[in-house]
Amino acid sequence: MATQARSKLSDTTPLWKHVRKEWKLYAFLVIPVIYFVIFKYMPMIGNVIAFRKYRGGPSILGSEWVGFTYFEMFMKDPTFWRAFFNDLTLSVSYLVVKFPLTLGFALLLNEITKMRWKKFVQTVSYLPHFISIVIVAGMVKEMVSLTGPINSLVAWLGYERIAFISLPEWFPTIYVSSGIWQSLGWGTILYLAAMTGINTELYEAAKIDGGSRLRLAMHVTIPGILPTIMVLLILDIGSILSSNFEKILLLYNPLTYETADVISTYVYRMGITGGNFSYATAVGLFEGIIGLILVTIANELSKRTTQSSLW
Amino acid sequence: MTKRISLFDIFNTLIMLVVVSFTLYPFLYLVAQSFSSEAAIYAGKVSIYPVEFTTQTYEVILSKPDFFRYYGNTILYSVLGTFIAVAATAVMSYPLSKPKLRLNKFFIPFVLFTMYFGGGLIPNYILVAKTLGMRDTIWAIVIPGAISAFNVILMKTFFASLPNEVEEAGRVDGLGVFGIFTRIVLPLSKPILATIMLFVMVGMWNNWFGPSLYLQSKEKWPIALYLKQIIDNAVSPTEIGASSEQTSQIAASVKSTAMVLTSLPIICIYPFVQRYFVQGMMIGSVKG
Repeated sequence: MATQARSKLSDTTPLWKHVRKEWKLYAFLVIPVIYFVIFKYMPMIGNVIAFRKYRGGPSILGSEWVGFTYFEMFMKDPTFWRAFFNDLTLSVSYLVVKFPLTLGFALLLNEITKMRWKKFVQTVSYLPHFISIVIVAGMVKEMVSLTGPINSLVAWLGYERIAFISLPEWFPTIYVSSGIWQSLGWGTILYLAAMTGINTELYEAAKIDGGSRLRLAMHVTIPGILPTIMVLLILDIGSILSSNFEKILLLYNPLTYETADVISTYVYRMGITGGNFSYATAVGLFEGIIGLILVTIANELSKRTTQSSLW
Repeated sequence: MTKRISLFDIFNTLIMLVVVSFTLYPFLYLVAQSFSSEAAIYAGKVSIYPVEFTTQTYEVILSKPDFFRYYGNTILYSVLGTFIAVAATAVMSYPLSKPKLRLNKFFIPFVLFTMYFGGGLIPNYILVAKTLGMRDTIWAIVIPGAISAFNVILMKTFFASLPNEVEEAGRVDGLGVFGIFTRIVLPLSKPILATIMLFVMVGMWNNWFGPSLYLQSKEKWPIALYLKQIIDNAVSPTEIGASSEQTSQIAASVKSTAMVLTSLPIICIYPFVQRYFVQGMMIGSVKG
Protein backbone atom coordinates (compact mmCIF):
# COMPACT_ATOMS: atom_id res chain seq x y z
CA MET A 1 0.00 0.00 0.00
CA ALA A 2 2.70 2.41 1.07
CA THR A 3 4.92 1.59 -1.92
CA GLN A 4 2.02 2.06 -4.27
CA ALA A 5 1.30 5.50 -2.90
CA ARG A 6 4.96 6.44 -3.18
CA SER A 7 5.31 5.31 -6.78
CA LYS A 8 2.16 7.25 -7.68
CA LEU A 9 3.72 10.30 -6.13
CA SER A 10 7.02 9.84 -7.98
CA ASP A 11 5.24 9.89 -11.33
CA THR A 12 4.36 13.51 -10.79
CA THR A 13 7.61 14.66 -9.17
CA PRO A 14 10.19 16.20 -11.52
CA LEU A 15 12.69 13.76 -12.93
CA TRP A 16 15.73 15.30 -11.23
CA LYS A 17 14.07 14.94 -7.83
CA HIS A 18 13.31 11.30 -8.59
CA VAL A 19 16.92 10.65 -9.63
CA ARG A 20 18.24 12.45 -6.56
CA LYS A 21 16.02 10.39 -4.30
CA GLU A 22 16.97 7.06 -5.93
CA TRP A 23 20.56 7.91 -6.80
CA LYS A 24 21.94 4.95 -4.86
CA LEU A 25 20.05 2.51 -7.06
CA TYR A 26 20.91 4.41 -10.23
CA ALA A 27 24.57 4.37 -9.17
CA PHE A 28 24.52 0.58 -9.70
CA LEU A 29 23.92 1.23 -13.38
CA VAL A 30 26.88 3.53 -14.00
CA ILE A 31 29.58 0.96 -14.77
CA PRO A 32 27.31 -1.51 -16.60
CA VAL A 33 25.87 1.26 -18.76
CA ILE A 34 29.37 2.50 -19.61
CA TYR A 35 30.18 -1.10 -20.48
CA PHE A 36 27.15 -1.30 -22.79
CA VAL A 37 28.08 1.98 -24.45
CA ILE A 38 31.65 0.85 -25.08
CA PHE A 39 31.20 -2.81 -25.94
CA LYS A 40 27.74 -2.91 -27.53
CA TYR A 41 27.02 0.53 -28.93
CA MET A 42 30.50 1.67 -29.97
CA PRO A 43 30.83 -1.28 -32.41
CA MET A 44 27.47 -0.25 -33.89
CA ILE A 45 28.91 3.21 -34.44
CA GLY A 46 32.08 1.53 -35.65
CA ASN A 47 30.08 0.48 -38.69
CA VAL A 48 30.78 3.98 -40.08
CA ILE A 49 33.99 2.54 -41.50
CA ALA A 50 31.76 0.84 -44.06
CA PHE A 51 31.37 4.34 -45.51
CA ARG A 52 35.00 5.39 -45.01
CA LYS A 53 38.34 4.24 -46.34
CA TYR A 54 39.60 2.80 -43.05
CA ARG A 55 43.28 1.88 -43.13
CA GLY A 56 43.71 -0.01 -39.89
CA GLY A 57 44.61 2.54 -37.21
CA PRO A 58 43.24 2.73 -33.67
CA SER A 59 40.68 5.37 -34.62
CA ILE A 60 37.65 4.65 -36.77
CA LEU A 61 37.42 8.32 -37.69
CA GLY A 62 39.76 10.49 -39.70
CA SER A 63 39.83 8.61 -42.98
CA GLU A 64 37.96 9.98 -45.98
CA TRP A 65 34.28 9.29 -46.68
CA VAL A 66 33.57 7.11 -49.66
CA GLY A 67 29.78 6.86 -49.39
CA PHE A 68 28.29 3.63 -50.66
CA THR A 69 31.36 2.60 -52.67
CA TYR A 70 31.91 -0.58 -50.68
CA PHE A 71 28.23 -1.51 -50.87
CA GLU A 72 28.28 -1.11 -54.64
CA MET A 73 31.45 -3.20 -54.71
CA PHE A 74 30.02 -6.18 -52.88
CA MET A 75 26.72 -5.98 -54.76
CA LYS A 76 28.74 -6.65 -57.92
CA ASP A 77 30.81 -9.36 -56.24
CA PRO A 78 29.75 -12.91 -57.23
CA THR A 79 31.48 -14.32 -54.11
CA PHE A 80 29.19 -12.21 -51.97
CA TRP A 81 26.10 -13.52 -53.73
CA ARG A 82 27.35 -17.07 -53.46
CA ALA A 83 27.77 -16.55 -49.71
CA PHE A 84 24.33 -14.94 -49.50
CA PHE A 85 22.60 -17.89 -51.15
CA ASN A 86 24.65 -20.42 -49.20
CA ASP A 87 23.48 -18.72 -46.02
CA LEU A 88 19.88 -19.02 -47.14
CA THR A 89 20.25 -22.62 -48.26
CA LEU A 90 21.99 -23.77 -45.10
CA SER A 91 19.66 -21.95 -42.69
CA VAL A 92 16.46 -22.87 -44.48
CA SER A 93 17.38 -26.53 -44.83
CA TYR A 94 18.43 -26.62 -41.18
CA LEU A 95 15.21 -24.91 -40.09
CA VAL A 96 13.02 -27.20 -42.20
CA VAL A 97 14.63 -30.30 -40.69
CA LYS A 98 15.08 -29.01 -37.15
CA PHE A 99 11.67 -27.51 -36.53
CA PRO A 100 9.46 -30.59 -36.98
CA LEU A 101 12.05 -32.92 -35.43
CA THR A 102 12.37 -30.81 -32.27
CA LEU A 103 8.63 -30.37 -31.93
CA GLY A 104 8.03 -34.07 -32.52
CA PHE A 105 10.72 -35.03 -30.03
CA ALA A 106 9.22 -32.70 -27.43
CA LEU A 107 5.76 -34.21 -27.96
CA LEU A 108 7.13 -37.73 -27.63
CA LEU A 109 9.12 -36.81 -24.50
CA ASN A 110 5.92 -35.41 -23.05
CA GLU A 111 4.23 -38.79 -23.55
CA ILE A 112 6.79 -40.70 -21.48
CA THR A 113 5.17 -41.76 -18.23
CA LYS A 114 8.22 -43.25 -16.49
CA MET A 115 9.84 -40.18 -14.96
CA ARG A 116 13.32 -41.66 -14.49
CA TRP A 117 13.51 -42.77 -18.11
CA LYS A 118 12.33 -39.34 -19.25
CA LYS A 119 14.99 -37.63 -17.10
CA PHE A 120 17.64 -39.93 -18.51
CA VAL A 121 16.68 -39.24 -22.13
CA GLN A 122 16.61 -35.51 -21.44
CA THR A 123 19.99 -35.51 -19.70
CA VAL A 124 21.61 -37.40 -22.55
CA SER A 125 20.01 -35.37 -25.31
CA TYR A 126 20.94 -31.99 -23.77
CA LEU A 127 24.61 -32.96 -23.45
CA PRO A 128 25.84 -31.99 -26.95
CA HIS A 129 24.70 -28.41 -26.34
CA PHE A 130 27.50 -28.05 -23.78
CA ILE A 131 30.30 -29.44 -25.89
CA SER A 132 32.78 -26.97 -27.34
CA ILE A 133 32.20 -26.23 -31.01
CA VAL A 134 35.85 -27.11 -31.62
CA ILE A 135 35.14 -30.60 -30.31
CA VAL A 136 31.88 -30.85 -32.25
CA ALA A 137 33.70 -29.97 -35.47
CA GLY A 138 36.53 -32.35 -34.59
CA MET A 139 34.02 -35.12 -33.94
CA VAL A 140 32.29 -34.48 -37.25
CA LYS A 141 35.60 -34.73 -39.06
CA GLU A 142 36.41 -38.01 -37.28
CA MET A 143 32.96 -39.43 -38.00
CA VAL A 144 33.10 -38.69 -41.72
CA SER A 145 36.81 -39.37 -42.26
CA LEU A 146 37.82 -42.00 -44.78
CA THR A 147 38.48 -44.56 -42.05
CA GLY A 148 35.68 -43.34 -39.78
CA PRO A 149 32.46 -45.16 -38.87
CA ILE A 150 30.28 -43.60 -41.56
CA ASN A 151 32.65 -44.65 -44.29
CA SER A 152 32.95 -48.08 -42.71
CA LEU A 153 29.20 -48.35 -43.14
CA VAL A 154 29.46 -47.09 -46.72
CA ALA A 155 32.15 -49.68 -47.47
CA TRP A 156 30.16 -52.42 -45.76
CA LEU A 157 27.21 -51.60 -48.00
CA GLY A 158 29.55 -52.16 -50.92
CA TYR A 159 30.17 -48.60 -52.07
CA GLU A 160 33.40 -46.65 -52.52
CA ARG A 161 34.49 -44.66 -49.48
CA ILE A 162 33.55 -40.96 -49.79
CA ALA A 163 35.75 -37.99 -48.86
CA PHE A 164 32.74 -36.20 -47.33
CA ILE A 165 34.61 -33.24 -45.85
CA SER A 166 36.13 -32.13 -49.15
CA LEU A 167 33.05 -32.56 -51.35
CA PRO A 168 30.88 -29.44 -51.68
CA GLU A 169 27.72 -31.46 -52.36
CA TRP A 170 27.99 -33.07 -48.91
CA PHE A 171 28.49 -29.90 -46.90
CA PRO A 172 24.79 -29.02 -46.36
CA THR A 173 24.11 -32.56 -45.12
CA ILE A 174 27.04 -32.40 -42.72
CA TYR A 175 25.96 -28.96 -41.52
CA VAL A 176 22.32 -29.91 -40.95
CA SER A 177 22.91 -33.28 -39.33
CA SER A 178 25.59 -32.04 -36.96
CA GLY A 179 23.23 -29.17 -36.05
CA ILE A 180 20.48 -31.66 -35.24
CA TRP A 181 22.90 -33.64 -33.13
CA GLN A 182 23.85 -30.51 -31.19
CA SER A 183 20.42 -29.03 -30.60
CA LEU A 184 17.67 -31.64 -30.87
CA GLY A 185 17.45 -32.16 -27.12
CA TRP A 186 18.16 -28.63 -25.97
CA GLY A 187 15.61 -27.27 -28.43
CA THR A 188 12.80 -29.11 -26.61
CA ILE A 189 13.27 -27.29 -23.29
CA LEU A 190 11.03 -24.33 -24.05
CA TYR A 191 8.35 -26.59 -25.53
CA LEU A 192 8.42 -28.82 -22.45
CA ALA A 193 8.23 -25.75 -20.22
CA ALA A 194 5.20 -24.53 -22.15
CA MET A 195 3.58 -27.98 -21.91
CA THR A 196 3.77 -28.03 -18.13
CA GLY A 197 1.80 -24.78 -18.20
CA ILE A 198 -1.19 -26.30 -20.02
CA ASN A 199 -4.26 -26.63 -17.82
CA THR A 200 -4.65 -30.33 -16.92
CA GLU A 201 -8.43 -29.95 -16.90
CA LEU A 202 -8.27 -29.59 -20.68
CA TYR A 203 -6.72 -33.06 -20.88
CA GLU A 204 -9.26 -34.52 -18.46
CA ALA A 205 -12.13 -33.07 -20.47
CA ALA A 206 -10.71 -34.37 -23.73
CA LYS A 207 -10.15 -37.82 -22.19
CA ILE A 208 -13.78 -37.99 -21.06
CA ASP A 209 -14.73 -37.20 -24.64
CA GLY A 210 -12.75 -40.31 -25.56
CA GLY A 211 -9.83 -38.57 -27.23
CA SER A 212 -6.85 -40.76 -28.14
CA ARG A 213 -3.32 -39.69 -27.25
CA LEU A 214 -2.76 -38.50 -30.78
CA ARG A 215 -5.93 -36.40 -30.65
CA LEU A 216 -4.94 -34.99 -27.26
CA ALA A 217 -1.59 -33.97 -28.70
CA MET A 218 -3.18 -32.40 -31.77
CA HIS A 219 -6.04 -30.60 -30.05
CA VAL A 220 -4.70 -29.76 -26.60
CA THR A 221 -0.90 -29.85 -26.49
CA ILE A 222 -0.09 -28.17 -29.80
CA PRO A 223 -2.59 -25.30 -29.39
CA GLY A 224 -1.32 -24.88 -25.82
CA ILE A 225 2.28 -24.37 -26.92
CA LEU A 226 1.49 -22.40 -30.07
CA PRO A 227 2.80 -19.09 -28.65
CA THR A 228 6.14 -20.78 -27.87
CA ILE A 229 6.26 -22.31 -31.33
CA MET A 230 5.68 -18.89 -32.88
CA VAL A 231 8.30 -17.10 -30.77
CA LEU A 232 10.92 -19.73 -31.61
CA LEU A 233 10.00 -19.53 -35.27
CA ILE A 234 10.39 -15.73 -35.22
CA LEU A 235 13.84 -16.02 -33.67
CA ASP A 236 14.85 -18.62 -36.25
CA ILE A 237 13.60 -16.54 -39.16
CA GLY A 238 15.46 -13.52 -37.79
CA SER A 239 18.69 -15.48 -37.84
CA ILE A 240 18.23 -16.87 -41.32
CA LEU A 241 21.22 -14.94 -42.61
CA SER A 242 23.40 -15.93 -39.69
CA SER A 243 24.23 -19.58 -40.05
CA ASN A 244 26.40 -21.13 -37.38
CA PHE A 245 29.50 -19.08 -38.15
CA GLU A 246 31.98 -20.82 -35.85
CA LYS A 247 30.97 -24.29 -36.95
CA ILE A 248 31.31 -23.42 -40.62
CA LEU A 249 34.66 -21.75 -40.01
CA LEU A 250 35.86 -24.96 -38.37
CA LEU A 251 34.37 -27.33 -40.93
CA TYR A 252 34.78 -25.70 -44.31
CA ASN A 253 37.86 -25.55 -46.51
CA PRO A 254 38.66 -24.04 -49.93
CA LEU A 255 37.39 -27.21 -51.60
CA THR A 256 33.91 -26.72 -50.15
CA TYR A 257 33.60 -22.91 -50.31
CA GLU A 258 31.19 -23.38 -53.19
CA THR A 259 28.44 -24.55 -50.82
CA ALA A 260 29.91 -23.75 -47.40
CA ASP A 261 31.10 -20.16 -47.58
CA VAL A 262 28.48 -17.93 -45.92
CA ILE A 263 28.33 -14.17 -45.33
CA SER A 264 29.94 -14.27 -41.90
CA THR A 265 32.82 -16.49 -43.01
CA TYR A 266 33.27 -14.28 -46.06
CA VAL A 267 33.40 -11.22 -43.77
CA TYR A 268 35.97 -13.03 -41.63
CA ARG A 269 38.20 -13.91 -44.58
CA MET A 270 37.96 -10.49 -46.18
CA GLY A 271 38.33 -8.48 -42.97
CA ILE A 272 40.38 -10.38 -40.42
CA THR A 273 42.49 -12.49 -42.78
CA GLY A 274 42.58 -10.13 -45.76
CA GLY A 275 42.66 -6.77 -43.96
CA ASN A 276 39.89 -5.24 -46.15
CA PHE A 277 38.20 -3.86 -43.06
CA SER A 278 35.86 -1.35 -44.68
CA TYR A 279 34.65 -3.76 -47.34
CA ALA A 280 34.05 -6.53 -44.81
CA THR A 281 32.24 -4.13 -42.47
CA ALA A 282 29.91 -3.10 -45.29
CA VAL A 283 29.02 -6.75 -45.90
CA GLY A 284 28.58 -7.40 -42.18
CA LEU A 285 26.37 -4.35 -41.74
CA PHE A 286 24.18 -5.47 -44.61
CA GLU A 287 23.76 -8.85 -42.91
CA GLY A 288 22.92 -7.24 -39.55
CA ILE A 289 20.32 -4.93 -41.02
CA ILE A 290 18.64 -7.70 -43.02
CA GLY A 291 18.50 -9.73 -39.80
CA LEU A 292 16.87 -6.87 -37.93
CA ILE A 293 14.31 -6.36 -40.72
CA LEU A 294 13.53 -10.08 -40.83
CA VAL A 295 12.90 -10.30 -37.07
CA THR A 296 10.67 -7.24 -37.21
CA ILE A 297 8.60 -8.60 -40.10
CA ALA A 298 8.28 -12.05 -38.55
CA ASN A 299 7.33 -10.47 -35.23
CA GLU A 300 4.61 -8.35 -36.88
CA LEU A 301 3.22 -11.35 -38.76
CA SER A 302 3.11 -13.41 -35.62
CA LYS A 303 1.48 -10.61 -33.66
CA ARG A 304 -1.30 -10.39 -36.23
CA THR A 305 -1.91 -14.10 -36.68
CA THR A 306 -1.38 -15.58 -33.20
CA GLN A 307 -1.08 -12.62 -30.81
CA SER A 308 2.31 -13.89 -29.64
CA SER A 309 5.37 -11.76 -30.18
CA LEU A 310 8.79 -10.85 -28.87
CA TRP A 311 7.95 -7.22 -28.22
CA MET B 1 -7.68 -49.43 -25.95
CA THR B 2 -4.98 -50.44 -23.47
CA LYS B 3 -3.29 -52.53 -26.13
CA ARG B 4 -3.04 -49.59 -28.50
CA ILE B 5 -1.51 -47.41 -25.79
CA SER B 6 1.13 -49.97 -24.90
CA LEU B 7 1.98 -50.33 -28.58
CA PHE B 8 2.54 -46.61 -28.72
CA ASP B 9 4.72 -46.81 -25.60
CA ILE B 10 6.92 -49.42 -27.25
CA PHE B 11 7.24 -47.28 -30.35
CA ASN B 12 8.04 -44.22 -28.24
CA THR B 13 10.68 -46.09 -26.25
CA LEU B 14 12.29 -47.25 -29.48
CA ILE B 15 12.45 -43.69 -30.79
CA MET B 16 14.01 -42.54 -27.53
CA LEU B 17 16.58 -45.33 -27.73
CA VAL B 18 17.46 -44.19 -31.24
CA VAL B 19 17.90 -40.59 -30.05
CA VAL B 20 20.02 -41.67 -27.07
CA SER B 21 22.32 -43.82 -29.19
CA PHE B 22 22.54 -41.19 -31.93
CA THR B 23 23.61 -38.67 -29.27
CA LEU B 24 26.07 -40.87 -27.43
CA TYR B 25 27.66 -42.67 -30.36
CA PRO B 26 30.20 -39.97 -31.34
CA PHE B 27 31.42 -39.82 -27.73
CA LEU B 28 31.78 -43.58 -27.53
CA TYR B 29 33.58 -43.62 -30.84
CA LEU B 30 36.07 -40.98 -29.68
CA VAL B 31 36.76 -42.81 -26.43
CA ALA B 32 37.14 -46.11 -28.29
CA GLN B 33 39.49 -44.57 -30.82
CA SER B 34 41.61 -42.86 -28.18
CA PHE B 35 42.35 -46.24 -26.55
CA SER B 36 42.88 -48.16 -29.79
CA SER B 37 46.06 -49.03 -31.64
CA GLU B 38 47.10 -47.19 -34.75
CA ALA B 39 46.72 -50.33 -36.89
CA ALA B 40 43.14 -50.88 -35.75
CA ILE B 41 42.21 -47.25 -36.40
CA TYR B 42 43.62 -47.16 -39.91
CA ALA B 43 41.96 -50.48 -40.73
CA GLY B 44 38.62 -48.93 -39.72
CA LYS B 45 38.07 -51.65 -37.10
CA VAL B 46 37.13 -49.30 -34.26
CA SER B 47 33.41 -48.76 -33.73
CA ILE B 48 32.24 -48.56 -30.12
CA TYR B 49 34.91 -50.31 -28.05
CA PRO B 50 38.72 -50.01 -28.11
CA VAL B 51 40.52 -52.43 -30.42
CA GLU B 52 44.01 -53.57 -29.36
CA PHE B 53 43.73 -51.53 -26.17
CA THR B 54 46.55 -49.08 -25.46
CA THR B 55 46.96 -46.02 -23.26
CA GLN B 56 50.08 -44.84 -25.10
CA THR B 57 48.51 -41.68 -26.55
CA TYR B 58 47.28 -40.56 -23.15
CA GLU B 59 50.69 -41.22 -21.63
CA VAL B 60 52.44 -39.15 -24.28
CA ILE B 61 50.06 -36.19 -24.09
CA LEU B 62 50.04 -36.13 -20.31
CA SER B 63 53.82 -36.54 -19.99
CA LYS B 64 54.46 -33.06 -21.39
CA PRO B 65 53.55 -29.90 -19.47
CA ASP B 66 51.92 -28.26 -22.55
CA PHE B 67 48.54 -29.77 -22.08
CA PHE B 68 48.37 -28.74 -18.43
CA ARG B 69 49.55 -25.21 -19.22
CA TYR B 70 46.79 -24.68 -21.77
CA TYR B 71 44.34 -26.25 -19.36
CA GLY B 72 45.55 -23.85 -16.68
CA ASN B 73 44.92 -20.89 -18.99
CA THR B 74 41.40 -22.12 -19.67
CA ILE B 75 40.74 -22.42 -15.94
CA LEU B 76 42.10 -18.92 -15.35
CA TYR B 77 39.98 -17.36 -18.12
CA SER B 78 36.87 -19.27 -17.06
CA VAL B 79 37.14 -18.38 -13.38
CA LEU B 80 38.03 -14.72 -13.85
CA GLY B 81 35.60 -14.25 -16.74
CA THR B 82 32.76 -15.86 -14.81
CA PHE B 83 33.42 -13.76 -11.73
CA ILE B 84 33.39 -10.51 -13.71
CA ALA B 85 30.34 -11.51 -15.71
CA VAL B 86 28.22 -12.63 -12.77
CA ALA B 87 29.11 -9.60 -10.64
CA ALA B 88 28.44 -7.14 -13.46
CA THR B 89 25.20 -8.84 -14.50
CA ALA B 90 23.88 -8.83 -10.94
CA VAL B 91 24.79 -5.17 -10.38
CA MET B 92 23.10 -4.16 -13.61
CA SER B 93 19.99 -6.30 -13.18
CA TYR B 94 19.13 -5.19 -9.66
CA PRO B 95 18.09 -1.60 -10.42
CA LEU B 96 16.47 -2.74 -13.68
CA SER B 97 14.21 -5.03 -11.63
CA LYS B 98 12.75 -2.07 -9.71
CA PRO B 99 9.58 -0.77 -11.41
CA LYS B 100 9.76 2.40 -9.30
CA LEU B 101 12.85 3.57 -11.20
CA ARG B 102 11.39 5.77 -13.92
CA LEU B 103 14.51 5.82 -16.08
CA ASN B 104 14.19 2.06 -16.55
CA LYS B 105 11.77 2.95 -19.34
CA PHE B 106 14.89 4.04 -21.17
CA PHE B 107 17.47 1.59 -19.80
CA ILE B 108 15.56 -1.63 -20.46
CA PRO B 109 15.09 -1.02 -24.21
CA PHE B 110 18.72 0.17 -24.24
CA VAL B 111 19.74 -3.31 -23.07
CA LEU B 112 17.15 -5.25 -25.11
CA PHE B 113 18.11 -3.64 -28.40
CA THR B 114 21.52 -5.31 -28.24
CA MET B 115 19.80 -8.70 -28.48
CA TYR B 116 18.60 -7.92 -31.99
CA PHE B 117 21.38 -5.83 -33.43
CA GLY B 118 25.10 -5.85 -32.86
CA GLY B 119 28.16 -4.12 -34.22
CA GLY B 120 29.29 -7.08 -36.24
CA LEU B 121 32.60 -8.89 -36.35
CA ILE B 122 34.91 -6.25 -37.81
CA PRO B 123 33.84 -3.22 -35.72
CA ASN B 124 34.08 -5.38 -32.59
CA TYR B 125 37.51 -6.56 -33.57
CA ILE B 126 38.74 -3.02 -34.30
CA LEU B 127 37.35 -1.79 -30.99
CA VAL B 128 38.93 -4.50 -28.85
CA ALA B 129 42.20 -5.02 -30.71
CA LYS B 130 42.98 -1.54 -31.99
CA THR B 131 41.02 1.20 -30.22
CA LEU B 132 41.25 -0.33 -26.75
CA GLY B 133 44.57 -2.07 -27.39
CA MET B 134 43.52 -5.27 -25.59
CA ARG B 135 45.13 -7.56 -28.13
CA ASP B 136 47.14 -10.40 -26.63
CA THR B 137 45.89 -9.67 -23.13
CA ILE B 138 43.59 -11.62 -20.87
CA TRP B 139 41.17 -8.65 -20.93
CA ALA B 140 40.26 -9.24 -24.56
CA ILE B 141 38.98 -12.65 -23.46
CA VAL B 142 37.14 -11.87 -20.22
CA ILE B 143 35.72 -8.36 -20.76
CA PRO B 144 34.00 -7.94 -24.16
CA GLY B 145 31.38 -10.64 -23.58
CA ALA B 146 30.96 -10.08 -19.84
CA ILE B 147 27.37 -8.82 -19.78
CA SER B 148 24.78 -10.18 -22.16
CA ALA B 149 21.29 -8.79 -22.53
CA PHE B 150 19.87 -12.30 -22.21
CA ASN B 151 21.52 -12.89 -18.82
CA VAL B 152 20.43 -9.45 -17.60
CA ILE B 153 16.81 -10.24 -18.50
CA LEU B 154 17.04 -13.60 -16.71
CA MET B 155 18.41 -12.08 -13.54
CA LYS B 156 16.13 -9.06 -13.60
CA THR B 157 13.11 -11.37 -13.89
CA PHE B 158 14.33 -13.37 -10.92
CA PHE B 159 15.00 -10.29 -8.75
CA ALA B 160 11.56 -8.92 -9.60
CA SER B 161 9.97 -12.16 -8.36
CA LEU B 162 11.48 -11.81 -4.86
CA PRO B 163 8.88 -10.66 -2.33
CA ASN B 164 9.09 -6.99 -1.46
CA GLU B 165 8.73 -7.73 2.26
CA VAL B 166 12.25 -9.16 2.64
CA GLU B 167 13.84 -5.97 1.37
CA GLU B 168 11.48 -3.96 3.54
CA ALA B 169 12.65 -6.00 6.55
CA GLY B 170 16.27 -5.16 5.70
CA ARG B 171 15.40 -1.48 5.54
CA VAL B 172 13.79 -1.68 8.97
CA ASP B 173 16.98 -3.28 10.28
CA GLY B 174 18.86 -0.21 9.09
CA LEU B 175 20.47 -1.62 5.93
CA GLY B 176 21.17 0.76 3.06
CA VAL B 177 20.56 0.02 -0.61
CA PHE B 178 23.91 -1.69 -1.02
CA GLY B 179 23.50 -3.68 2.20
CA ILE B 180 20.09 -4.93 1.11
CA PHE B 181 21.55 -5.98 -2.22
CA THR B 182 24.56 -7.86 -0.85
CA ARG B 183 23.10 -9.26 2.38
CA ILE B 184 19.51 -9.99 1.42
CA VAL B 185 18.92 -10.04 -2.32
CA LEU B 186 22.06 -11.90 -3.43
CA PRO B 187 21.81 -14.70 -0.82
CA LEU B 188 18.19 -15.25 -1.84
CA SER B 189 19.18 -15.39 -5.50
CA LYS B 190 21.57 -18.33 -5.35
CA PRO B 191 19.64 -20.38 -7.95
CA ILE B 192 19.81 -17.69 -10.63
CA LEU B 193 23.39 -16.80 -9.73
CA ALA B 194 24.33 -20.46 -10.14
CA THR B 195 22.52 -20.64 -13.47
CA ILE B 196 24.22 -17.59 -14.92
CA MET B 197 27.55 -18.61 -13.47
CA LEU B 198 27.27 -21.94 -15.27
CA PHE B 199 26.07 -20.38 -18.53
CA VAL B 200 29.06 -18.06 -18.59
CA MET B 201 31.51 -20.68 -17.39
CA VAL B 202 30.60 -23.18 -20.09
CA GLY B 203 30.82 -20.41 -22.67
CA MET B 204 34.24 -19.37 -21.42
CA TRP B 205 35.48 -22.95 -21.18
CA ASN B 206 34.46 -23.64 -24.77
CA ASN B 207 35.48 -20.27 -26.18
CA TRP B 208 37.96 -20.52 -29.02
CA PHE B 209 37.00 -17.82 -31.49
CA GLY B 210 37.75 -14.86 -29.21
CA PRO B 211 41.14 -16.26 -28.22
CA SER B 212 41.94 -17.11 -31.84
CA LEU B 213 41.25 -13.49 -32.82
CA TYR B 214 43.06 -11.77 -29.99
CA LEU B 215 45.77 -14.03 -28.54
CA GLN B 216 48.97 -14.21 -30.58
CA SER B 217 51.31 -15.59 -27.92
CA LYS B 218 50.98 -19.33 -27.76
CA GLU B 219 51.68 -19.43 -24.02
CA LYS B 220 48.42 -17.56 -23.41
CA TRP B 221 46.26 -19.95 -25.41
CA PRO B 222 43.35 -21.76 -23.81
CA ILE B 223 43.04 -25.50 -24.34
CA ALA B 224 40.38 -25.06 -27.05
CA LEU B 225 42.88 -23.31 -29.33
CA TYR B 226 45.52 -25.95 -28.77
CA LEU B 227 42.91 -28.59 -29.51
CA LYS B 228 42.02 -26.85 -32.76
CA GLN B 229 45.68 -26.93 -33.78
CA ILE B 230 45.83 -30.65 -33.04
CA ILE B 231 42.64 -31.28 -35.05
CA ASP B 232 44.08 -29.26 -37.95
CA ASN B 233 47.24 -31.41 -37.90
CA ALA B 234 49.18 -28.24 -37.10
CA VAL B 235 51.03 -29.82 -34.17
CA SER B 236 53.52 -32.55 -35.03
CA PRO B 237 53.65 -35.75 -32.95
CA THR B 238 57.17 -34.82 -31.79
CA GLU B 239 55.90 -31.47 -30.52
CA ILE B 240 53.24 -33.31 -28.58
CA GLY B 241 56.02 -35.37 -27.03
CA ALA B 242 56.17 -38.59 -29.03
CA SER B 243 59.43 -40.49 -29.47
CA SER B 244 60.17 -41.66 -33.03
CA GLU B 245 58.55 -45.08 -32.57
CA GLN B 246 55.43 -43.50 -31.06
CA THR B 247 54.92 -41.07 -33.94
CA SER B 248 52.40 -43.03 -35.96
CA GLN B 249 50.39 -44.09 -32.91
CA ILE B 250 50.13 -40.43 -31.89
CA ALA B 251 49.19 -39.34 -35.39
CA ALA B 252 46.36 -41.86 -35.42
CA SER B 253 44.70 -41.14 -32.09
CA VAL B 254 45.93 -37.81 -30.76
CA LYS B 255 42.82 -35.99 -31.99
CA SER B 256 40.33 -38.24 -30.28
CA THR B 257 42.44 -38.37 -27.13
CA ALA B 258 42.73 -34.59 -26.96
CA MET B 259 38.98 -34.24 -27.55
CA VAL B 260 38.22 -36.71 -24.76
CA LEU B 261 40.58 -34.93 -22.36
CA THR B 262 39.11 -31.52 -23.18
CA SER B 263 35.46 -32.45 -22.88
CA LEU B 264 35.96 -34.60 -19.78
CA PRO B 265 35.44 -31.86 -17.16
CA ILE B 266 32.22 -30.68 -18.81
CA ILE B 267 30.87 -34.22 -19.15
CA CYS B 268 31.72 -35.02 -15.52
CA ILE B 269 30.14 -31.91 -14.02
CA TYR B 270 27.23 -31.67 -16.43
CA PRO B 271 24.80 -34.25 -14.96
CA PHE B 272 24.94 -32.52 -11.59
CA VAL B 273 24.43 -28.98 -12.80
CA GLN B 274 22.08 -29.67 -15.71
CA ARG B 275 19.00 -28.62 -13.74
CA TYR B 276 20.38 -25.08 -13.30
CA PHE B 277 20.60 -24.65 -17.06
CA VAL B 278 17.09 -25.92 -17.61
CA GLN B 279 15.82 -23.70 -14.82
CA GLY B 280 17.55 -20.69 -16.38
CA MET B 281 15.91 -21.35 -19.73
CA MET B 282 12.53 -21.66 -18.00
CA ILE B 283 12.86 -18.32 -16.19
CA GLY B 284 13.98 -16.77 -19.46
CA SER B 285 11.00 -18.17 -21.33
CA VAL B 286 8.53 -16.57 -18.94
CA LYS B 287 9.71 -13.16 -20.03
CA GLY B 288 10.92 -14.16 -23.48
